[in-house]
Amino acid sequence: MHIVICIKQVPDSAQIRVHPVTNTIMRQGVPTIINPYDLFALEEALRLRDAHGGEVTVLTMGPPMAEDALRKALTYGADRAVLLTDRYFAGSDTLATSFALSQAITKVGETFGTPDIVFTGKQTIDGDTAQVGPGIAKRLDLLQLTYVAKIASIDLDVREITVERRSEGGMQMLKSRLPCLITMLEGTNEIRRGSLDDALRAARSQIVKWSAADAGIEDLAKCGLRGSPTVVKRVFAPTARAEKAAQIDTTDKTLRDLADELIAAILTRQPALEHELPFDGAA
Amino acid sequence: MSTANRETPPPAAGRAGMKKELPEHFKDYRHVWVFIELERGQVHPVSFELLGEGRKLADKLGVELAGVVLGPPGEATWHAVAEAFAYGADLAYIIEDPLLAHYRNEPFTRAMTDLLNTYKPEILLLGATILGRDLAGSTATTLLTGLTADCTELDVDADGSLAATRPTFGGSLLCTIYTINYRPQMATVRPRVMAMPQRVDKPVGRVIQHKLAMAEEEVVTKILGFLPDSQSAKANLAYANVVVAGGLGLGAVENLQLVRNLASAIGAEYGCSRPLVQKGWMPADRQIGQTGKTIRPKLYIAAGISGAIQHRVGVEGADLIVAINTDPNAPIFDFVHLGIVTDAIRFLPALTEAFTRRLSPHNRDKLAS
Repeated sequence: MHIVICIKQVPDSAQIRVHPVTNTIMRQGVPTIINPYDLFALEEALRLRDAHGGEVTVLTMGPPMAEDALRKALTYGADRAVLLTDRYFAGSDTLATSFALSQAITKVGETFGTPDIVFTGKQTIDGDTAQVGPGIAKRLDLLQLTYVAKIASIDLDVREITVERRSEGGMQMLKSRLPCLITMLEGTNEIRRGSLDDALRAARSQIVKWSAADAGIEDLAKCGLRGSPTVVKRVFAPTARAEKAAQIDTTDKTLRDLADELIAAILTRQPALEHELPFDGAA
Repeated sequence: MSTANRETPPPAAGRAGMKKELPEHFKDYRHVWVFIELERGQVHPVSFELLGEGRKLADKLGVELAGVVLGPPGEATWHAVAEAFAYGADLAYIIEDPLLAHYRNEPFTRAMTDLLNTYKPEILLLGATILGRDLAGSTATTLLTGLTADCTELDVDADGSLAATRPTFGGSLLCTIYTINYRPQMATVRPRVMAMPQRVDKPVGRVIQHKLAMAEEEVVTKILGFLPDSQSAKANLAYANVVVAGGLGLGAVENLQLVRNLASAIGAEYGCSRPLVQKGWMPADRQIGQTGKTIRPKLYIAAGISGAIQHRVGVEGADLIVAINTDPNAPIFDFVHLGIVTDAIRFLPALTEAFTRRLSPHNRDKLAS
């Protein structure tokens, strides 16, 4: 089987710094990682390949430096990597991103074989929208299985797939058909450590680099800023709360007295809590 | 490859070209819609929170507020319609069909896009839930319109455009996003970000019934079964009135028991900050913050949590926030109401004990059982 997985290189969000004057993200020296949610999807893709045979193609859209993320994905054991990079993609929102990626997936299919499954992570940690997966599915007319916790079975002869999908209050068991698009939930499988062989192969691998034209994208009006119906009009920092926290003085007090004082302070500020907390009202 | 036909694309609307030129065929899109999320007979409360928000937008625009109810034939679906009226909808669009008994992407996307193309609202709001995100992404892509996720603030500007504000980069920045030349303008909002509006009894409203043009044979994906989460293990953080949470300051996984003890002593839900989930100390459904749950309790007690921006985003709706932390310079003290600079590991047992002393014997027994 042929599996395509879309990944994204993201800033390591724990280390994001915002310029205090210009309110822009200071990317200088911020380390980048593969979007953590994508690693669960990659692991699932590799497991399926190992069980059923075939190949895993990793695809990303991004600046030239996103090649690092692809190379990293190869060290986990992916078979090939495709970088879609072009200045025409700059400023893409989720609709424009799903357009470019779906066109590239079509091209991947023509070049390396039609994919049976397209994987994405459930969302990225920088955009956090969870919109690109469903967008790709819709544009490629693929069946959409989001928030999948587990792939229960795949029958390549009858092209059937059964999955466990997270939903409100429980798990749905769904039966669907290939080809489909799956967004993977986190934490279902331990992420493998790539072998030394994989690392050596990754270091030697040629990464396929496609411009918009290489990927067969003719309609540039659907890409980047031009192809994005949403427009960011204003970026600003959250306002600080006007009042500082009231500090409870801890000098020379027992923990018991401090605790009583805190409860009194809570009830002074929110008398209604008297009925919320299971008190009898008598202090 | 399915891409819907569009007239000539509008002129580039980059940051430089903010000029609004709504194409002619979008000019008759009017009114504000809220998707009423119905799953297994229950309406998700985020739907009511959005009706409260949608009401404000509709009033500013001088238009009507509608609820969209998709469900199986029967009582639960009509109950959802009545609830939509109770929380402020002027009218409801309803599609009753057996295909809509349980959520599946194909029939729900078909139902929603069909309603939107037929009745043409200018704004559609959905909850940023599992169901809402699945449906919103497919719907917006089908209509090739803009969709803004996880909004924390919604407003309309002078020319009637929806201004959707959302956190970006884990909450370090906020950005205001517009869908200039496309309709409907779509946005999702996470549960508990908006306040719950007042419910009105004996509501009335107009109902517009629509048919789903789809047969079961056309739906590829079939539901084989449903495994409910065990009730005991399930966190109900989002709608809890009192929440206690622990962070890295607790130092060791076994100290989370101190948080759980306090929570059970006062009948609260418990949770944690992101690093604890990353360490595997607590399951992901107990994570509070931008990438976890947004909470809106009457009381929130944060123990040993430093208060990274992404945590702040998820707790700011709490009526009263109390922080316990040894570091007087921890960022959490910038946005809480009450602070104690002390070691949570030593203080939590004392606080639990102090609360327990105040509990009525009756409640003590009730909580212990």
